[in-house]
Amino acid sequence: MNCCLDLTSIFNHEDDPLANSIREPDFGLRVVTMNNLKPMRFIGATFFTAIPSAAILGLVLAAFTPLASAQDSAPDVGPKPPLAIKPMESHIGNITGHSLDAKSDYRRYCAGCHGDYGDANGENAVWLDPKPRDFTLATFKCRSTLTGTLPTDEDLYNTIARGLTNSNMPIWNTFSKQQRANLVAYIKIFSPRWQTEKAGTPITIPAEPAITIESIAHGKALFTKLECWKCHGTHGEGDGPSAATLTDSKDNPIRPYNFTLGRNDSRFKCGDTNQDIYKIFMTGVDGTPMPSFADVIQPNDAWDLVHFLRTLQVNRHGRENEVLAAAHGVIPPYVDKTPAPAPAPADNKAPGGGQ
Amino acid sequence: MRTKLIVLASFTLLLCSSLMFAGTISGKVTYTGTPAHQKPIDMSKEPSCAKQHTTPITTETVVTGANNALENVVVYVSSGAPDDGQVPSQAITYTQKGCQYIPHVLPMHVNQEFSILNDDQTSHNIHPLPKVNIEWNKSQPPGTPPIKEKYDKPEFIPVKCNIHPWMHGWFVVLKTSHYDLSKGAGDFKLPDLPPGKYTLTAWHEDYGTQTADVTITGNETKEVNFTFKAKAY
Repeated sequence: MNCCLDLTSIFNHEDDPLANSIREPDFGLRVVTMNNLKPMRFIGATFFTAIPSAAILGLVLAAFTPLASAQDSAPDVGPKPPLAIKPMESHIGNITGHSLDAKSDYRRYCAGCHGDYGDANGENAVWLDPKPRDFTLATFKCRSTLTGTLPTDEDLYNTIARGLTNSNMPIWNTFSKQQRANLVAYIKIFSPRWQTEKAGTPITIPAEPAITIESIAHGKALFTKLECWKCHGTHGEGDGPSAATLTDSKDNPIRPYNFTLGRNDSRFKCGDTNQDIYKIFMTGVDGTPMPSFADVIQPNDAWDLVHFLRTLQVNRHGRENEVLAAAHGVIPPYVDKTPAPAPAPADNKAPGGGQ
Repeated sequence: MRTKLIVLASFTLLLCSSLMFAGTISGKVTYTGTPAHQKPIDMSKEPSCAKQHTTPITTETVVTGANNALENVVVYVSSGAPDDGQVPSQAITYTQKGCQYIPHVLPMHVNQEFSILNDDQTSHNIHPLPKVNIEWNKSQPPGTPPIKEKYDKPEFIPVKCNIHPWMHGWFVVLKTSHYDLSKGAGDFKLPDLPPGKYTLTAWHEDYGTQTADVTITGNETKEVNFTFKAKAY
């Protein structure tokens, strides 16, 4: 059994897959790649004890560096250290995306806004409103998963393909499916959360019930009760009493969605189908003031809210507006026919009337 | 066998001594200078909250008491008492009442579950803004069940309600169970500290942190006071 330690192994990274991966984000001068570390060889550097290699290295350096103590208190200046990157993958259907294959696309098409380091500090970012997503936080707006959880690969893939309306994020339908999948994998390299956490579980969306004037009326009652109008306004014009004060998680001003803008093709930030609207308010738009309502709206009630929200898109030709037009444009008062709810839990008193 | 007995006896002796000689650190937090004037809060846009307050409400960035007492300062053992990983079992709550957070600062242990209650007649969205822990944002209409959450990393986390922009508070997540929040007289108390050398840290949301070293030698109460310099703006 060989009990000796060869110090050359400490410096030789050629066989280390992680070291190879560290070379990957090669953005100009700011990144120091491991190529700069040449393999070193110590003649006869063998020891007869199994002391940890880092300790041996420290002893050797201390012995041959007499000025080291004088520099101990000095800060470690120099270029920003390289990112410790682990290659990431994405899985969208039968497509597997590889972060290693997305570097050139990211540099050419994404880094200008999202930054070389994914920290939303690209050269264009200062001019953008709303600001680009900061991938280092791993907080994403458009998810099928609950608030606070990581989105699925499909969520990110769809965001790239769809773009984000009312922002500077365009539709990237010029990319192939494989390119998009590779980019999904690539943006995962910027946050360690992707290495320690799994994506959240997508919420279950029941089949959409029929659109009726009653479902629209119930949706209106929910819009009122849940106080969506505080931000989105009584007519969905994004002008509620709290609208002017809203800021995102980085304290940048942000506007609530104006449902009335656009024509027949008006889109929401996270999609244009009824299922997309359902997901938006149930999972919330993380990083923005829009909270998750998953804990407070029952699944079928949520569909009623979707139907009402569609009627706020006054220029859209859809089944909801047809139903409303058939009712002469008047939403009747909602009559709650369900039994009275159970008493509130003991540790959360029903709302009182004041002090 | 004899060795086992000796080890057992030593362990028992150590345990007993640590229980018998549990010291306490107590003291007061005060300020010098003139604190910034706290801005009045206009709750007229939320009448259900406004009517709960008979006296004018101001921001709570700096809350003071008599004799220059400073409230809402978290005093905790930042070193010397290794975290044993024991999460305190007592229930802690963060209540939204009168469109204010009660308490304004909620200290807690890492992984300790806490409940968020809405005692108002209006909807709130509870939106903590952590940098280290995971960010989430949940709506809580009146009468809905408590939101139960916990954080797994130590951090000072600002909390806000986007619907009511004047609502600001803090979650203070600590890796120790030895902490207290200064009260109206600026007083705090950290009991059950076994003999040892400790570093106390006092944190205030606007005035920053201060530290003090304390040695507990037995069943005694040591007094440690912190004085922050008030910011005029």
